[in-house]
Amino acid sequence: MTNRRVVITGMGIYSCLGNGLDAVKESLYNGVSGIIFDQARKDLGFRSALTSHMETPDLKGVLSRSQRAFMPEQAKYAYVATAEALKNAKIDQDYLDSHIVGLLYGNDSSAEPVYKSCQTMFEKHDTTLIGSGGIFQSMNSTVTMNLSCIYRLKGINLTVSGACASSSHAIGLGALLIRNGLQDMIVCGGAQEVNPYAVGSFDGISAFSIRESEPTKASRPFDRDRDGLVPGGGAATVIIESYESAVKRGAPIIAEVLGWGFSSNGDHISTPNVDGPTRSLEMALQQSGVKLNEIGYINAHATSTKVGDTQEAKAIFNVFGDACPEVTSTKSQTGHEMWMAGASETIYSILMMKNGFIAPNINFENPDEDSAKLKIPAKRIEKNFDMFLTNSFGFGGTNSTLIVKNL
Amino acid sequence: MEKAELIEKINAVLVEEFEVEPETITPDADIKRTLKLDSLSLVDMVALIESEFKVKIQNSQIASLKTFSLLYDFIYDNIEK
Repeated sequence: MTNRRVVITGMGIYSCLGNGLDAVKESLYNGVSGIIFDQARKDLGFRSALTSHMETPDLKGVLSRSQRAFMPEQAKYAYVATAEALKNAKIDQDYLDSHIVGLLYGNDSSAEPVYKSCQTMFEKHDTTLIGSGGIFQSMNSTVTMNLSCIYRLKGINLTVSGACASSSHAIGLGALLIRNGLQDMIVCGGAQEVNPYAVGSFDGISAFSIRESEPTKASRPFDRDRDGLVPGGGAATVIIESYESAVKRGAPIIAEVLGWGFSSNGDHISTPNVDGPTRSLEMALQQSGVKLNEIGYINAHATSTKVGDTQEAKAIFNVFGDACPEVTSTKSQTGHEMWMAGASETIYSILMMKNGFIAPNINFENPDEDSAKLKIPAKRIEKNFDMFLTNSFGFGGTNSTLIVKNL
Repeated sequence: MEKAELIEKINAVLVEEFEVEPETITPDADIKRTLKLDSLSLVDMVALIESEFKVKIQNSQIASLKTFSLLYDFIYDNIEK
């Protein structure tokens, strides 16, 4: 079995912090919040009408009518993010047509097309009226089926559904396939729909912040007075490939995926524990072969829930102790980007690493007993670092940790 | 609705939905070729006709509707007047 180096050669993002890397970097630097109050959610009976916000991209004139017909909103986000990533990686359609390029994308729902199809059945009693897009938009694998056809990709073609760790797992799995020599290049990422139908049931279990009078202050990971998460979304894509492939084609090498750790809590469906995340962090460190003090920044999963942030803070402190670098959760700015979060937070962290700063963990005003043990900057700090660790955890107790090095 | 007016409306909804140039739609033109329909987008055309004109095209009838002229006649004959 080979043990090839895995590098990142392209990134693209469509998020509530901006469309594209430059806009997102500025928002991170300035501690901008992408959270709004959405009256439509209130009208639907949501306990919390808070959400991130972005416009759905208009791809008319970019993709054909028949291509667009199969794309729900998150596939459109993913297309925009992927187009940017491929462009930055200097990969054109000729390259994709003449090489075996894979696709691993995190996605774990497509609620709106399902709802609309059912609504047509209830109201019209005629499934033909659902149209041809309904089936392809409704499936969990909608993003990979759309992107693989649009870009005529011929390698692995797989959606990774691991709840809020989906796209972190996608990058980890992709890195494993490249490391083992089974693929040379894989388009990896994650997408998250932002419509209310996707998260109404999540709101129903009282997981969301109800700080509706101050939307931009609602997502406050690690803060003593946090009262729940804020749902977000969009899409993020990274192009990963073998170091040899990148060098051979003269690609811009951005960073290296050093290691991936994963674990399952084997415990409660929604309440995380400390042992599972701890094992994920330890495995990532062991796989990477790096020392604790080489990690210059930790991008926490921390979603702004009482128990989740507490358990993660304990796990990070257990593993790093006094060697712990600055820890922040970019979810303070973006809300919880769920299926997209592993990929987007990898990109957020790389943008910080490349530009010598750590974005503020906004709304971190007072620590609690566990977050007090971590270095959590509430204000942006200027810091050069060359390696970071990023956590993503999900329902069912699925954990994923990536370690990425600057190149 | 007069037939000429109906034809104008059918053409307008097809142009809008399938993003083709209006002048490509002529009475004797082949529908599938002109609208670039495959087996999936053909379903969308059937759904569009049903939702816009309340005219149901059965699967068994689709094959016979080869040209726009035949489609116009079919809708005109079956639309609620």
